[in-house]
Amino acid sequence: MANLQAIKDTATEQRLFFNRLLLAVLCVFVGTAAVAARLTQLQVFEHETYSDLARGNRIRLEAAPPTRGLILDRNGVVLAQNLPAYQLEMIPEQVADIDETLARLFELELLDPEREEELRDRIRRSPSFKPVTLRSSMDDAAVAQFALQRPYFPGVDIRARLVRDYPHGSTAAHILGYVGGLSESDLRRVDNANYAGTTQIGKTGIEATYEAELHGNVGHREVVTNADGRALGFQTRDEPQPGSHVYLTIDLQLQRLAEQALEGRRGAIVAIEPTTGEVLAMASAPAFDPNGFARGMDSETFRALQNNLDRPLFNRAVSGGYPPGSTIKPLLALGALDSGRTSVNRVTNCEGHFSLPGSTHRYRDWKPEGHGLVDLTQAIAQSCDVYFYQLAQDMDIDLMHDYLVRFGLGENLGIEIPGEKAGLVPSRAWKRQRFSNRADQVWFPGETVIASIGQGYMTATPLQLAHMVATVANYGVRIQPRLTHRLEDPLSRETSAQEPQMLTAVTNIDANAWQHTIDAMKAVLQSPQGSAYATGRDVEYTFAGKSGTAQVFSVAQEDKYDELELDERLKDHALFVAFAPIESPEIAISVVVENAESGSGVAAPIARQLADYWLSR
Amino acid sequence: MFRDTTAMGREQAPATHSWLQRLHLDGPLLAGVLLIAAFGLFVLFSATGQNERQTLSQAIRLCVAVVAMLIMAQVPPNFMRRYAGVAYALGLGFLLVVLIAGSTSKGAQRWVDIGFRFQPSEIMKIAVPMACAAYLHYRPLPPQFVPLLILIGLIAMPAALIARQPDLGTAILIAASGGIVVLLAGLRFRVILSGLVLLGAGLPLLWQNMHDYQRQRVLTMINPQSDPLGAGYNIIQSKIAIGSGGLFGKGWTNGSQGQLEYLPERSTDFIFAVIGEEFGLLGLISLLLAYLFVIGRGLFIASQATDTFSRLLAGSLSLTFFLYVLVNTAMVTGLLPVVGVPLPLISYGGTSMVTLMGAFGILMAIHTNRRLLPR
Repeated sequence: MANLQAIKDTATEQRLFFNRLLLAVLCVFVGTAAVAARLTQLQVFEHETYSDLARGNRIRLEAAPPTRGLILDRNGVVLAQNLPAYQLEMIPEQVADIDETLARLFELELLDPEREEELRDRIRRSPSFKPVTLRSSMDDAAVAQFALQRPYFPGVDIRARLVRDYPHGSTAAHILGYVGGLSESDLRRVDNANYAGTTQIGKTGIEATYEAELHGNVGHREVVTNADGRALGFQTRDEPQPGSHVYLTIDLQLQRLAEQALEGRRGAIVAIEPTTGEVLAMASAPAFDPNGFARGMDSETFRALQNNLDRPLFNRAVSGGYPPGSTIKPLLALGALDSGRTSVNRVTNCEGHFSLPGSTHRYRDWKPEGHGLVDLTQAIAQSCDVYFYQLAQDMDIDLMHDYLVRFGLGENLGIEIPGEKAGLVPSRAWKRQRFSNRADQVWFPGETVIASIGQGYMTATPLQLAHMVATVANYGVRIQPRLTHRLEDPLSRETSAQEPQMLTAVTNIDANAWQHTIDAMKAVLQSPQGSAYATGRDVEYTFAGKSGTAQVFSVAQEDKYDELELDERLKDHALFVAFAPIESPEIAISVVVENAESGSGVAAPIARQLADYWLSR
Repeated sequence: MFRDTTAMGREQAPATHSWLQRLHLDGPLLAGVLLIAAFGLFVLFSATGQNERQTLSQAIRLCVAVVAMLIMAQVPPNFMRRYAGVAYALGLGFLLVVLIAGSTSKGAQRWVDIGFRFQPSEIMKIAVPMACAAYLHYRPLPPQFVPLLILIGLIAMPAALIARQPDLGTAILIAASGGIVVLLAGLRFRVILSGLVLLGAGLPLLWQNMHDYQRQRVLTMINPQSDPLGAGYNIIQSKIAIGSGGLFGKGWTNGSQGQLEYLPERSTDFIFAVIGEEFGLLGLISLLLAYLFVIGRGLFIASQATDTFSRLLAGSLSLTFFLYVLVNTAMVTGLLPVVGVPLPLISYGGTSMVTLMGAFGILMAIHTNRRLLPR
């Protein structure tokens, strides 16, 4: 090694290296210059050519959105369908001057100038090669007008799309829900590839719950476009898979009847088939027209809907928590009989008011002069409050609670649409947990008194009340209420039926207690003393029910209840629960009419109307 | 020794740079490389169709590569020189293993599975120039006839093995990295010339031994329109992407060619076209200038190196890096046939990134370990 080192001429070698390095630097510059020259050629001199090639005559792969599944009633009547609608779309990169194009579209009144900000925002945020919807629904006149102007608007075109349509307007709106424009937050929770060509998505109701099934799977087609990007023709690559049809358990005629009964009022009606749990009708008034959401409404209309004092968007049937009033009395009677806290023959003297031992506070009966001597049957038939005030003393709140919750009160029943409320059945344990303040945690005897007539803390939804009375009709068998009957694949016609889901049944109840309770409910409608005898006296089937009148506003001890001076919205709610026929129940109904004052006077006739229709159909 | 030099007033380093020196890093080179890599991640997000997962995994690979660079920067060049032969022998062994039992990826055997998968050809990208430089370190320059033959053998063996995988692009680039060492060593021009003549004469032979797809690529470069939807598709779409980008480009994530997936291999070999489409001529020239800066710094390091091995290795690594840039950009712009060479520091993929950063680490080691006084 030392020998080799000796003949190395370090200085010469270094000079040689530098020469070669300089040569290399030269090569680096020549090579880079060659690439730079090529880039200049492509990007400056031939830019136009390649720009045209990029935009122009080419095959574009486009998403073919699937057709959304239909929603139908139990008899196959279409409740939600798809109609072609014309949309005005813009592909920003194909528009030379976006400001000027928009200005001309405003001038032609094809676009609403008020939406300018929103439109600009959408164009800005969308990738420039993706179509932006400028207007989602165009009437024939607008389509014709644009067709004439089309050559002057490169990059803007009319496109036919399927838009959701609800042929019966507001009917069953709260069940169906509605679809709306796909928003950014929607895109975060769905598979974007599958929604590539989709413009609408279910926002609430069945449309939202069954979004995945209704939507289907996207397909693709190759679209041949000319230099303006206009489609010249297309070839399907893979077919879109249409969404499934959803058959509801609703009967459109019964639904209509229920909604008509509530017309001009606020309230809700739920009708259930006791043997299957199928919801036959579910009405909430006032309602809204879901077509407004599907076709797009201006912000003013939307705000009016949202700020409406009557809250038309609110589904009272599943989300409205109402004091159940006297409608729970049959359950308390059943519990008291079953637990031996009362007997069929026990009689209470009703003088129109009740006081707790050692207190002067008077709990009034709805009938100021009193019902006189009443037994259990009459207490239910006439809806005597004092009998139940006394019964509550013998049962106490916790036992009352235990019987009520067995019928599904205070729990979510798992209906398919969103927004379900659990309601509330109070108990000592609940109050301890609910309030943080020590003094508030104490359960007062007076609270037990008013709980016996479904007032105070207690709330239930119309759905729960219908489920409750259906359970009574079933002698304790509880079936989960549901709105969907079956799904159907539109291509293969294969259906997947929903099986009834059993809930924990009310068991180990004395058979006689059941019989007495149901007899008493029959007496409500079909005995001369019954509170709803006016409604039930001439029915041709056996009919059992219970009225309820729930206080919205607590009347102070000294005040006289003056109906005229009370604000309309503070008047009592009218409730009625019923089922028929008693031997083999086909329908269980709950009716809640807000501020209608009389359960037997207003709500009971509505229940009868529905039962009449259903049993004579 | 460091204390000595400061006392002499040479290479007076500002105090702020002291941490760089302690880590054996070179500030300008590090800045240039990280700038390009950061820009690469930014572009990659767009080129993957805004795929956050892929971009993140590339960022993690970049971190691994930076660690590899940090490690290589700590190795003294003398140590490298002594063990260059071992690294070369190991790499050659792995290449043989791959040929016999390597796993196949995209129709080519390049990977070897030893707990994790890696490509032995990556080792050779550094081991070949290192071995050549180490061999020449002890010999008088320019190399004489017999050493030259030995060098040709050193270069040809791994190149032939890699070409058999088949990965002609990498084989040529590895052969070039060794060849550059020999050229920098001061090979006489008449030898270079006769070599070129020999190569020219050998071209028909090479043509005969090429795979069909390789021949197709050469033909395609000459006339892409001959098969616009088949072999010519890549290069046509790539030229459309770059050309339609114009001076200023269509904007980040707004390139229709890339985003609509007209451009194949948009996040790997053809990412240069995505940059061209979205950032225009201005973006591409800026990127080329950044590359030139890194290459220039590498060549400067080579010029400052104090022994033959360091000089030759630094020069070869810098120029090979340039070759990668040149071959990829020339391929994407249709100046060279399509060979599978990624755009260094930017294309999606991990192995080549680690090798590259390792090479930069070696450059830094050479620069920070040089003897500052002439002997």
